[in-house]
Amino acid sequence: MTPTVPLREESMAKPASTATSRVRHWLSGLSTSGRVGLALVILWLVLGAAGPLLAPYDVGAFVSPEVFDGLSARHWLGSDYLGRDVLSRLLSGAQYTVGLALVSALLASATGAGLALTATVSPRWVDEVISRFMDTLISIPSKVFALVLVAAFGSSLALLLLIAAATYTPGAFRIARALAINLNQMDYVQVAYARGEGRLYIATAEIMPNMIHPVLADFGLRFVFIVLLLSGLSFLGLGVQPPNADLGSLVRENISGLGDGALAILAPAMAIATLTIGVNLLIDALPGRGRRITRGR
Amino acid sequence: MGAAQDHVQVSGLRITAPAAGGQETPIVSDVDFTIPRGQVLALIGESGSGKTSIALALMGYARGGCRIAGGGVRVGDTDILTLDASQLRTVRGNRIAYVAQSAASAFNPSRTIMDQVVETAVGRGPISRPAAEAKAVNLFRALALPQPEAIGERYVHQLSGGQLQRLMAAMALMTDPELVILDEPTTALDVTTQIDVLRAFKRVVRQQGATALYVSHDLAVVAQVADRIVVLQRGRVREAGDASQVLEKPADIYTRTLMAAARPPAQVRPHRPAPQQATPVLEVRGLTAGYGRVEAGVPKIPVLRDVTLSIAKGTTLGVIGESGSGKSTLARVIAGLVAPADGQVLFQGQPLAPTLSGRTREQFQRIQLVFQNADTALNPAHTVSRILGRPLAFYHGMDGRARNRRVAELLDLTQLPACLADRHCGELSGGQKQRVNLARALAADPHLILCDEVTSALDTVVGAAILDLLAELRRELDLSYLFISHDISTVRAICDDIAVLYAGQKVEMGPRNGFGDAPFHPYTDLLIGSVPEMRRGWLEEKETAAAPPPLATAQSANLCRFLPRCAARVEGLCDRLPPPRIVLDGGNELLCHHDGQALQHLQRGRQSAISP
Repeated sequence: MTPTVPLREESMAKPASTATSRVRHWLSGLSTSGRVGLALVILWLVLGAAGPLLAPYDVGAFVSPEVFDGLSARHWLGSDYLGRDVLSRLLSGAQYTVGLALVSALLASATGAGLALTATVSPRWVDEVISRFMDTLISIPSKVFALVLVAAFGSSLALLLLIAAATYTPGAFRIARALAINLNQMDYVQVAYARGEGRLYIATAEIMPNMIHPVLADFGLRFVFIVLLLSGLSFLGLGVQPPNADLGSLVRENISGLGDGALAILAPAMAIATLTIGVNLLIDALPGRGRRITRGR
Repeated sequence: MGAAQDHVQVSGLRITAPAAGGQETPIVSDVDFTIPRGQVLALIGESGSGKTSIALALMGYARGGCRIAGGGVRVGDTDILTLDASQLRTVRGNRIAYVAQSAASAFNPSRTIMDQVVETAVGRGPISRPAAEAKAVNLFRALALPQPEAIGERYVHQLSGGQLQRLMAAMALMTDPELVILDEPTTALDVTTQIDVLRAFKRVVRQQGATALYVSHDLAVVAQVADRIVVLQRGRVREAGDASQVLEKPADIYTRTLMAAARPPAQVRPHRPAPQQATPVLEVRGLTAGYGRVEAGVPKIPVLRDVTLSIAKGTTLGVIGESGSGKSTLARVIAGLVAPADGQVLFQGQPLAPTLSGRTREQFQRIQLVFQNADTALNPAHTVSRILGRPLAFYHGMDGRARNRRVAELLDLTQLPACLADRHCGELSGGQKQRVNLARALAADPHLILCDEVTSALDTVVGAAILDLLAELRRELDLSYLFISHDISTVRAICDDIAVLYAGQKVEMGPRNGFGDAPFHPYTDLLIGSVPEMRRGWLEEKETAAAPPPLATAQSANLCRFLPRCAARVEGLCDRLPPPRIVLDGGNELLCHHDGQALQHLQRGRQSAISP
């Protein structure tokens, strides 16, 4: 936050060490739960990137004679409903959830917030056009929309990403616009207008820093929704195509093991939980965390 | 007066707030005072002096994070601090009642007033709903509320601030409390409203025989209601005693500072006659502005009507009026934030474009706007150096070292320590924020600064320091100000010329000297007469000034706006014809049917009747 360098750092710090000290400073400002969240997010990013390389078996290989097997030395997380290795499927599936959901949630939130800022600082008619367009988007049922697009273009990861982003952009836009419109009335923004500032400066320097925290909280929520949407699409056969599966589909395809408490369903469920909790813990610990301390009760 | 007769006794009270590293900082230390039964004690101090914390401690309550760390509070025979939560609940609202500063936010907007007023009484006591309502109506009448039988059926948005404040008092008094705590109940009100509310409070508290604690920062208000005064500074008692003693012979130096700051002395400075040939810095001609669709030069909701003013170079024009008079809209129109419906604004002889998009950067730079509330006028996400650096970069293209140097100069100019540059404004005090707010305007190197109530949100001592700073900057930088305020004593102290707005009309304008003595416009007279004087008994003397009877006919748009409240109106003239603009001998320009002599006669006559 504050650009002050910790005192123990020598004043003639080299650029690299300034960067590390800044990271250290930022970390020391993070609460415990924030650090836990950061660790979880980093873990999942690594697993998402390197997962397929770490997987002991091929993702579609039938390697166990038992279905819903418990943990063993050969299969660390047991086997699934078809006798495939759960760990391998989990490691291979992480990239879809982390990559697809994270990227499309980022895309949805960034587009929504960007359009909201544009609508706020632009003349009224621009706001009207953007808002009505978003209303139109929001009125289309997301599953039907996805069905039509997949039918037209065939299922691909890029298309899934766009569908998820387009489905959640209007919501992000509405929340961000409500925030930005309120901030636009604040005296400091009015002073900036009276100073003759351009719209871009007002949107990015005056309004955005003050709405970033609620927008991030909203992003966390949308991320969870998108994980669920993607697994829903997979269930319909529109999402990630077998034998690959994202974490949501792993839960769904092993649903029959729920009664036995099979690891095949618990492990991916836990994976989704740790990922979403990690993202939300980290977001809650981000900017604006100072504000909450004063409200202590 | 033995200790046994004191109704409320506070001894050695200590309240602490959590600080960094698990430590606790004291916010109130070793406060002792007593209130005899049926008397009013006033707690006086600046913000941060702990006066509200003490008031809340009397109900056994500490605000979020704070803790009552020691001492005792006794009300009647009850030791408040030893009660548990459920016992406290029966005491609060029943035996001890609290009236907060902002009644508008203390009422629930979706329920009728009556519902809320009788709620505590019906829920707690044996009293039935109809009986409670009858009692409430009696209280409404005692508090001089209009239509006491019907007012309970209204909602918050249908009532004025002064009425809500009195309704809140009615709510507090419903359970016949033995102790009433009034926390800055008139601070948010206009002076003309304040006087009515004070009068109502005083009478009702007397009638009920309740003991009262009155929390305020305004000594003049306290002088009207208090029997005893306790002066606080940073959580400690500086002086305590009888009201007359504290007000007339203050023993403590801090009390004297407070009293001096409450009534700023006129800055003795010869009125500089502006050179005749020079064009004024700002000229406003026939300005009409408001909100909503404009038809034939008049907006749907007009806020300003046909306002004409001018400010000569290096002078200060004060604009006063109560809330809703259009003062802030005037500043916004000049700054270009609100487009006028009709009329013209000229800056240094050049007409200004009505909206922001038509103005040049030079014009933006030379006119700077300073808002009342520095909390909302400074971006909480930016550091002080970024806030001050932006106009430097934007107007003057400064960057790097030159900018930092200029930021340091500006901090110095506004008497702020250089170390503040890296702080966020949330870490500054109210006075510091207002100085940063001012420094940002100065960074542009302006010719005219529009000051919208810049001292209203500040404590008197801090506000007085800001006024000194403004005067000094004007001398050094040859600035002109448009100084908007609701406080006539502030305006009289620092302005060369004064304009009085009422409901968007300029009812009087003239040099400062013209506002020293009668005759005035009847509204100016009311404004000046409503400012409490710092002596006891002033409120009672004022009681002789009767409010005018309500108007028989509905008011048309062209007539005098002040007509319904005017004590000097003439039936058959004022309610028929629009008022002419007249010029008095002293140079004041008035919008009134009376001439100077008649006004002089009316106002002198009443003044002598009041103080024989």
